[in-house]
Amino acid sequence: MRYLCLVHTGPDPFSGLSEADQRQFDRDSINYDKELGEAGHYITSDALDAPESAVIVKVRGGEISATDGPFSETKEHLGGFIMIEARDMNEAIRLAAGIPMARLGTIEVRPVFMIPDPDRP
Amino acid sequence: MSGIEAIWRAESGRVLATLIRLLRDFDRAEEALHDAFLAAQEQWPRTGVPANPRAWLVSAGRFKAIDRIRRRARFADIAREIAATEEEAQMPEDAEPIADDSLRLIFTCCHPEIPADGRIALTLREVAGLTTEEIAAAFLSTTPAIAQRIVRAKNRIKELALPYEVPEPDQLARRLDAVLHVIYLIFNEGYSASHGTAAIRAELCAEAIRLCRQLVALQPEPDALGLLALLLLQDARKAARVGPDGDIVLLADQDRSRWDFPQIAEGTALAQRAFATQPVAAYTIEAAIAAVHCGAVTADRTNWTEIAALYDLLLRADASPVVALNRAVAIAMRDGPEAGLKLIEALLERGELNRFRYAHSARADLLRRLGRTDEARDAYQAALQFTGQEAERRFIEGRLRGLAS
Repeated sequence: MRYLCLVHTGPDPFSGLSEADQRQFDRDSINYDKELGEAGHYITSDALDAPESAVIVKVRGGEISATDGPFSETKEHLGGFIMIEARDMNEAIRLAAGIPMARLGTIEVRPVFMIPDPDRP
Repeated sequence: MSGIEAIWRAESGRVLATLIRLLRDFDRAEEALHDAFLAAQEQWPRTGVPANPRAWLVSAGRFKAIDRIRRRARFADIAREIAATEEEAQMPEDAEPIADDSLRLIFTCCHPEIPADGRIALTLREVAGLTTEEIAAAFLSTTPAIAQRIVRAKNRIKELALPYEVPEPDQLARRLDAVLHVIYLIFNEGYSASHGTAAIRAELCAEAIRLCRQLVALQPEPDALGLLALLLLQDARKAARVGPDGDIVLLADQDRSRWDFPQIAEGTALAQRAFATQPVAAYTIEAAIAAVHCGAVTADRTNWTEIAALYDLLLRADASPVVALNRAVAIAMRDGPEAGLKLIEALLERGELNRFRYAHSARADLLRRLGRTDEARDAYQAALQFTGQEAERRFIEGRLRGLAS
């Protein structure tokens, strides 16, 4: 099964770290992705830019509206994600616990839901 | 590739049990098991399957675990663990047989220091190899709830440094109940799998019977005998429970010549032996019910009066809503569908069985027999909603089509 690990962090997760520690942290993160890859668990991952850079899009009555992201005032935001392949939820939890960002923020583990084919009764 | 898969199915549970004992850490052992099978997939096609695959996998898993600890050893405390793990992980050579650690692992997973709900979830996952999602279905619970129980149970074992061992005889009886319940649940998941494409997962039934036999050999307590009797009797009917196309065949429609009669004889004798000791355990009463079914030459010769009476007894030993549901079905057979329906509807009103697929399908069946087609259709639909398993889905869909015509 696939699980999406959503990495939530505060506005400045690295504020407590020295520059050298921060570099080490980034190295750890890259290594962990590599480790997940070697074990056949890694599908894809990325870090996300700050919520201030986001635009919210919707279509109502045929009209597109684009507004600022709603998250600028909240303490926690989505800072990145890792999509993994795991046997079950507890394996996904074990793998999520190894993500270095789990030590600074929180990881939300969401099972991927397969949308049933709407044309198959 | 398919050879490795067969070995995974047969050996992963026992390899994991041994790795947990050697590495003293569930998560590290699971990681090591995964690594060992990756290594096997890579090497065996070139070198051939080793003579003792289990020993090979344990050895490879242990090596990979130590390698990983070393690679991650950035912190002094982890570095210190390496030496300890290497010392503990002294392994016998490949030729030596590895002791079966499953039983030892069950007793650890069922340790009284672990909360009751966590014990069962942990054992089903670590010993029987069920996924979190399958356990949630077997428990009528949600995946996040089960996942948290498992995480908490593992933390507890680590915190208290619980040993991996079968308890001494003076503690055994106290520890047995939880272990029996776990074996019972493992069998149930195999007997009517909640997920996947097959109606019966024979390997789970076989695993439960194997563990129960080991337990009986260790300590022939009446409760353990009763459970073994029950498992043998239920399992004896498996060849007749699924049709050639994988469809479910109900008890009344089964070809009884395909039942395993030597196993029925063994189960019935065990049930009688267990019944002779008071107080009679719930498993023993269930075994007695199964023995009545197995003793009927044809479905319409089934002694429903005796079965309903045994269910009355069982409800006193185990006042669970699932037992009450089965009793309602037996009463419907004895007194007619109206009487059973009244009981099932009262049960559903209490709410505990609302997500239980058999409650809805049993109600649907009685409504169908009473000719209340529209209500039966709604009830089958409700059953379908909680069925994650292909053969069951086909069975219910067949019943729905039968209603329409």
